[in-house]
Amino acid sequence: MIDFFYQTLWALDATLRVATPLMLCAMAGIFSERSGIVDISLEGKLLSGAFVAATIASLTGSVWLGLIGAISASVLMSLLHGFACITHRGDQVVSGVAINFLASGLTVILGIAIFKRGGQTPTLSSGERFRPIELWFVDALDNVPVIGAIYRELISGHSLLVYVALLCVPIASFILYKSRFGLRLRAVGESPIAVDSAGVSVTWLRYRALIVGGVFCGIAGAYLSISHGANFVREMSAGKGYIALAAVIFGNWRPIRAFWACLMFGFLDAITSRLQDIDLPLIGEVPAQLMSALPYIMTIILLSGFIGRPSPPSAIGVPYKK
Amino acid sequence: MMINKSIKTSGGDTACYILELQKISKSFGLVEANKNIDLQIEAGTIHGIIGENGAGKSTLMNILYGLHRANSGEMLVNGARVKIKSSADALSLGIGMVHQHFMLIPRFTVLENVMLGSEGGALLSKGRISTANKLKELGQTFDMEVDPYVLVSDLNVGMRQRVEILKALKGGAKILILDEPTGVLTPQEATQLFEILDKLRENGVTVLLITHKLAEIMAITDNVSIMRGGEMVGHRKTSDTNPQELAELMVGRKVLLNVEKPKAKPKEIALNVRNLGCYSSRGHKVLDNLTFQVKSGEILGVAGVSGNGQTPLMEILAGMRKPDEGYFEILGKKIDHETKVSPFTMRENAIGHIPEDRHKHGLILGFEAYENMVLGFHNTEMTGEKKLLDKNHMLKHTADRMDEYDIRPRNPKLLASSFSGGNQQKIVVARELYKNPKLLIVGEPTRGVDVGAIEFIHKQLIQLRDQGCAIILISVELDEIMGLSDRILVMNKGQEVSTVNGDDANPKDLGLMMAGISEEASN
Repeated sequence: MIDFFYQTLWALDATLRVATPLMLCAMAGIFSERSGIVDISLEGKLLSGAFVAATIASLTGSVWLGLIGAISASVLMSLLHGFACITHRGDQVVSGVAINFLASGLTVILGIAIFKRGGQTPTLSSGERFRPIELWFVDALDNVPVIGAIYRELISGHSLLVYVALLCVPIASFILYKSRFGLRLRAVGESPIAVDSAGVSVTWLRYRALIVGGVFCGIAGAYLSISHGANFVREMSAGKGYIALAAVIFGNWRPIRAFWACLMFGFLDAITSRLQDIDLPLIGEVPAQLMSALPYIMTIILLSGFIGRPSPPSAIGVPYKK
Repeated sequence: MMINKSIKTSGGDTACYILELQKISKSFGLVEANKNIDLQIEAGTIHGIIGENGAGKSTLMNILYGLHRANSGEMLVNGARVKIKSSADALSLGIGMVHQHFMLIPRFTVLENVMLGSEGGALLSKGRISTANKLKELGQTFDMEVDPYVLVSDLNVGMRQRVEILKALKGGAKILILDEPTGVLTPQEATQLFEILDKLRENGVTVLLITHKLAEIMAITDNVSIMRGGEMVGHRKTSDTNPQELAELMVGRKVLLNVEKPKAKPKEIALNVRNLGCYSSRGHKVLDNLTFQVKSGEILGVAGVSGNGQTPLMEILAGMRKPDEGYFEILGKKIDHETKVSPFTMRENAIGHIPEDRHKHGLILGFEAYENMVLGFHNTEMTGEKKLLDKNHMLKHTADRMDEYDIRPRNPKLLASSFSGGNQQKIVVARELYKNPKLLIVGEPTRGVDVGAIEFIHKQLIQLRDQGCAIILISVELDEIMGLSDRILVMNKGQEVSTVNGDDANPKDLGLMMAGISEEASN
């Protein structure tokens, strides 16, 4: 029983770690998609954020400069996306895919050019990474049964960026539903012409949405390479941007629901990596490849009708032309 | 925005005009939408601007409201020269606009819609309260109260229009532009709107009413300006003019406002609809127990405010959708939920279909005219004798139809999107009538079509009827329904309210029925 309790705690703990970049990217996706811009480029922004974070942290030894670099790189990608599909009204999916290719290629080329390690960055020392944080009262609560353990194992002991990601969800929700910016953002994704006729600039509003998304993706990227991991590995985003986009759709473009979807994906990911070498009753040993494909298979199954009809922003994907 | 008070205008009498336009011109590519437009609006009046579709009225208003930028010309508000570069500029000058297609977001509440653009701070909480109060106050002043907390998608069109007006007034509008405001309203709702406009005038608001309906101009305006082909062709005091003069100014020649129609000689039943019902994808009942018949040689008009079941009815009859309940018989052939149908099999049953949304269902705008002219008839001789499409044959077929129907420009290789609304519609009509249908389903045949083409299309329909075709005509334009139909079926919420004889119909009764009040109940 105690064993099962700790197993569960560790699984949830792992879920949180794996879900962190998903949450940040999902919030980024919600911001841009709610403004009417399809954001398939989450993946590319995540990857470029991860690369720049690891590179700068490795060169300067500062995690903070790494984080700022990651955010800048990701925002830059966002601006590129915006330039193509807001300013020049290009196709948003094509532009997004182009950014993903660009990030995929550029990170490897620059990585080889700078570090000559086949696209990887050098392993970071612990001072060059975001370390786990011990929260207050951990020791004091240790004697309290159950809660003490939950507090120590699950809630405390994550890197700063995990807490940032968790905070981002209510903040995103607050901005969307309680602020002027949020009202306009939701409006521009539903009917840009209504926003325009209310005297608000559609272009600037959409750019701002993309920039906010860029910041979130940048933090997510930094988390991958200088918090969760200790260096940049080529293609280390491994489809997380796409999974986050799926979470946005599951969540019906709402922050809290998308958060739960991210946790679900994270949980699947966490248990599959634990179940890989274990003999399951009735089924036997499951090939590792199948297990790691599970989140993607789930995505397809769920997206093909298990979650009811999603209601995307009405004006999504349509460039605004006066 | 730039207000330059130091520049005096030529005349000293400009002060009494709240709004003045001088030599406004605007072109889109080669099309001159507005040519040297002059316009003077007196404060506290209702000023009508009338013209056909494409006369440039909407363009002019969009310039005034900052949605388009004029190529040249001057605008003066209260005698001061202004530059309006965006809607924000227009709003700050006290110019508000109620658009033809409402600028409301259906998923937002009334309050959110009204707040948009003037939220009163970075957070919404404070603005919510003050806007709700302001809405209540305006609602009481102008007799148009609306619950601020309902979703716009739950409001009917008349109420949505009120929200639009309230939104403009809340922004401090002193000049209110209404673009074709009655196009979507029942006659009763239109009357209510006019009462509101009267109230606005009493309270010192200047109203600019854009319309192509003569009756409205005569009923409510103080002054009227007439536009044709992008030019301003006349200004009149409404009390000094009459509908016939206005119509001639609009069209530039004498027009028949009503097509002559000999008495119908109905023969055998061509369409027999029995207890037809169907549900929307969300499970709402959109057609409810509909039963009617159409005979060869008669036109049955279906009247109703748009969205009361006309669209599903048309789609079922055209084979685009299956009935969930009941059945219908076309020329003796029974079709119910079990029957396998498609628009293609319906065409084989000698049915012609002129869809209500020609851009969505009638044409492929990115295809050339000759491709559109055979759409849905690929297996017929329209595409030539061979198995493969014979391009030369199609081009010739199209050129012939273009002559027959006077479709301009006469170029079969032009993209469908390059034709005007009237000529696009003629392409659809030419295609659907070519095979001499026994039953014709027509939806909104003259929406966005100019007066000349309306006359032509109406004549075609009457002619077809006299050749023995059964026609079912669905339109939200009451004038059209009354002008063409031998019998009129009025629909409300997917049900039949009543069926009346075309000769006995009058707009007032039809309007009541469209609102769901049947004849027996109103008597």
